[in-house]
Amino acid sequence: MSELTKLTMAEAREGLKAKRFTAVELANAHLAAMAAAKGLNAFVTETPDLALERARQSDERLAKGEAGAMEGLPIGMKDLFCTEGVRSTASSRILENFVPQYESTVSGKLKAAGAVVLGKTALDEFAMGSSNMTSAFGPVINPWRRTSDPSVQLVPGGSSGGSAAAVAARLVMGATGTDTGGSIRQPASFCGLVGIKPTYGRCSRWGIVAFASSLDQAGPMTRTVRDAALMLGSMVGFDPKDSTSADVAVPDFEAALTGDIRGLKVGIPKEYRPDGLSAEISKLWEDGVAMLKDAGATPVEISLPHTKYALATYYIVAPAECSSNLARYDGVRYGMRVEGKTLDEMYAKTRAAGFGAEVRRRILIGTYVLSAGYYDAYYIKAQKVRRLIADDFAKAFQTVDVILTPTAPSAAFGLGETDDNPITMWLNDVFTIPTSMAGLPGLSLPTGLSSDGLPLGLQLIGRPFDEETVLKVAEVMERAAGFTAVPAGM
Amino acid sequence: MSLDKDTVRNIANLARLEVREDELDHLAGELSNILQFVEQLAEVDTDGVAPMTSVAHMELRRRVDEVTDGNYPEKVLANAPERIDGFFVVPKVVE
Amino acid sequence: MSYVIVGETGEWELVIGLEVHAQVISKSKLFSGAATDFGAEPNTQVSLVDAAMPGMLPVINGTCIEQAVRTGLGLKAKINMTSVFARKNYFYADLPQGYQISQYEYPIVGEGEVILDMPDGTTRTVGIERLHLEQDAGKSLHDQHPSKSLIDLNRSGVALMEIVSKPDMRSPEEAAAYVTKLRSILRYLGTCDGNMAEGSMRCDANVSVRKAGEPYRTRAEIKNVNSIRFLQQAIEYEARRQIDVYEDGGQVVQETRLFDANKGETRSMRSKEHAHDYRYFPDPDLLPLNLTPAFVEAIKETLPELPDEKKDRFIGDYALSPYDAGLLVAEQAMADFFEAVAKGRDAKMACNWVMGDFSAAMNRTGRSIDNPPVSAADLGGLIDLIADNTISGRLAKEVFELMVETGKAPAVIVEEKGLKQVTDTGAIETAIDGVLAANGDKVAEYRSGKDKLFGFFVGQVMKTTGGKANPAMVNEILKKKLG
Repeated sequence: MSELTKLTMAEAREGLKAKRFTAVELANAHLAAMAAAKGLNAFVTETPDLALERARQSDERLAKGEAGAMEGLPIGMKDLFCTEGVRSTASSRILENFVPQYESTVSGKLKAAGAVVLGKTALDEFAMGSSNMTSAFGPVINPWRRTSDPSVQLVPGGSSGGSAAAVAARLVMGATGTDTGGSIRQPASFCGLVGIKPTYGRCSRWGIVAFASSLDQAGPMTRTVRDAALMLGSMVGFDPKDSTSADVAVPDFEAALTGDIRGLKVGIPKEYRPDGLSAEISKLWEDGVAMLKDAGATPVEISLPHTKYALATYYIVAPAECSSNLARYDGVRYGMRVEGKTLDEMYAKTRAAGFGAEVRRRILIGTYVLSAGYYDAYYIKAQKVRRLIADDFAKAFQTVDVILTPTAPSAAFGLGETDDNPITMWLNDVFTIPTSMAGLPGLSLPTGLSSDGLPLGLQLIGRPFDEETVLKVAEVMERAAGFTAVPAGM
Repeated sequence: MSLDKDTVRNIANLARLEVREDELDHLAGELSNILQFVEQLAEVDTDGVAPMTSVAHMELRRRVDEVTDGNYPEKVLANAPERIDGFFVVPKVVE
Repeated sequence: MSYVIVGETGEWELVIGLEVHAQVISKSKLFSGAATDFGAEPNTQVSLVDAAMPGMLPVINGTCIEQAVRTGLGLKAKINMTSVFARKNYFYADLPQGYQISQYEYPIVGEGEVILDMPDGTTRTVGIERLHLEQDAGKSLHDQHPSKSLIDLNRSGVALMEIVSKPDMRSPEEAAAYVTKLRSILRYLGTCDGNMAEGSMRCDANVSVRKAGEPYRTRAEIKNVNSIRFLQQAIEYEARRQIDVYEDGGQVVQETRLFDANKGETRSMRSKEHAHDYRYFPDPDLLPLNLTPAFVEAIKETLPELPDEKKDRFIGDYALSPYDAGLLVAEQAMADFFEAVAKGRDAKMACNWVMGDFSAAMNRTGRSIDNPPVSAADLGGLIDLIADNTISGRLAKEVFELMVETGKAPAVIVEEKGLKQVTDTGAIETAIDGVLAANGDKVAEYRSGKDKLFGFFVGQVMKTTGGKANPAMVNEILKKKLG
């Protein structure tokens, strides 16, 4: 394993500037790591030639002193972002051979900043899942293994499982994810990474395959908080092509990492300690509170009374929106087509063949909850509860500046260790979903290991558009936690 | 709410998703299970609460009326599974 | 005098509501920046958003919002300060997103009204239920290939205003009058060009029948009728069909039907009529549309004088009959033309010339009011020549035809052809004396009671004077001389 792949983005940026190595060398080191790690199945499409071409261009710009904020840094791009000329599949058969004629705003921004994309990372199909097991191209394997039994393959979490695995295995320095109910934060927790879902509206959704429009947000997954701040800065920004894109100034996220959180009030929501919360996670959380206290912050118990309804709310709203968003996948203009004697038969066969079980499940639920006679009882009801959830947070933020919770209810589980009940899988997002329903910024960082040597994460939730405070507190915790563990063999 | 096979068949048709007869029972069970789960929301008091369809805090932005897009039929048709000249193609629809 | 259809079991009333889809005049589409022109090569006016590529998002066209508000004001309707865009979900080949962005519970415009000008000169008021903005769909061509349909998305995403009337119409004529008036208003406002042949204005008719005094019965919808004439035919046919169904003991089914113009019949649409559950919900890619009173006021101030106001003014200022005034104001350009001709002249004469010879000339030469066969100034000049007795009314018609042919001004033509009217009393007397002298026997017959011969004498005098004698003077002098 090359020394170059052990660097953080911040370190690599510095090294490139100091000419200790080139962008091409950086790219090659990571491409070699990728080639050696095909067993993780983290990538849907690898683009080494394109990457090297970009790296060469980065070196030219570096030489001229025209380096962008992400110049020469190798990253992975979740295969939910449409990338011009490069196959973009959403890890679905229905888009298996789709080559976009356009570039998503966010991936375009990263490229304009000089980032070198090594490939498109795998995900749960259409971003629906918490394990990356629903990808049409096979599950992704977590580079982390249990100390007790390293032979068991573990999930990296989802839906941004491919990105998480690639970053944790040091195949890339950072990767983009998207988060609708926890799809950046939960895999970050399972893979020992920092992942941030910014405020809804911070990142443009243009060119990202839509799952649930009122929830989807792009965000970075990295190994350090500084790297997340760095990468986030090259992803956010107002986009006139997205009507839900916020026209707000982009702060200097790195500058926010002052290390000083004295006087900050940290909310500890009592509802995030449900019956059955594992002792391990509970202790992790308490340790986190102690770290913040030591750093001069004040923990404050708060109540977010509607927390327990967030999962149900999400599983009405998200499927409803997705059932409509996925109607365009019909075999007419792009993607897979299965022939039919009639138009309707073509639609039905194409979509049955193209979508996996979880996607189908969510489309059916979504169609049902919007249908005549049920719209008020389910969809409208859910949107009302959503407002209550958002109001809970707004009220809490009158007395606290940031909220600390666990990210996931457990460490990464084994590939074969799930049951048939879809709801069991959904429970993985119980701590992350409320943040999404309220559109708030949420970050996960690793602060400890489970008794079986697997990373565990804590979540920080902030006020709308206050990623700066969230990042600042995260960095303080990162230092205090001193999490240096890496997957075996790295 | 418990769904029966007929309801599942209807929803699948609305969603243009072909479902095999032998899958209907299992699917009905799964979906019923999910609906039962989400029905817990009925116990929440939402009197006087306005539904929240967006967490975006701003006004709907309006575009200036100018032609700024289109005129690239090759891009539009590039991924078409079937095309004839400049058209998309589907099985004939009889009205 | 209400319209009824007499069936076997008695008299039946019609209940008609119309939904008009009017394409908004705008350069680009409702939610995308692609062009909206008619007749372009297939799929050339299609953006990635219109093609519903993965990850595409809608951004609303500000002008389309203004056009909808302008139309609402023109329909004397309530403008809703908050409206919501909702997705109407269904599958069809010309609907790339698998949903249409429309408005459902909260449309941009509420209740209003349209005043119909009936052929007999009376007026009727038809209520408007609502107006909302929505995307148009693409076009399917089903007759280009034996087993395939071809899809062109150029029209997909063009802004439409759906204008829904209340079910206030009671006859095919009223329906025709409604569409005619609505089209006129939209053209006056500049919000839709009303070109039914090109499809920029389409009509769906909801038709039901009932016996007098009954509540509403089941209605059927007749879709996409593309001319006012076909609309009347379709409504008439459908009403009779429904009456036959009822009188045969059956029930009318709520369904969508198409009008077959060749056969003059409506028929049920084969396509999936089972539960069109559109699952409307607010589009999460958009936000509610909030308008301000100032925004609406600003638009109100730019409204032109609309047909009803103009008609009232024409009746008042020009002493025209409601019927004539109604005809003149149907097209704004025609109304403007008329006023240019009538200014400072006899309005009734101006009206007759414009509606008569001028309109006939337009039809004959295939010209339009934007490119008239005779200019308003020249037509006015012709009327001046009649008014000051330079030429007779009858000769003026000949002069007019020459104006159409040659494009020359009336005075020029009169001069060139020497058509000045003869008004010299002496000359006329001489002509009359000559005629009477040459027709002594007829004079005697006239004096002994054969009054009809008067016309003969007039005709002879006109012949003698080459048609240029002032008819009024001829009559007067002839009467005196004949006794």
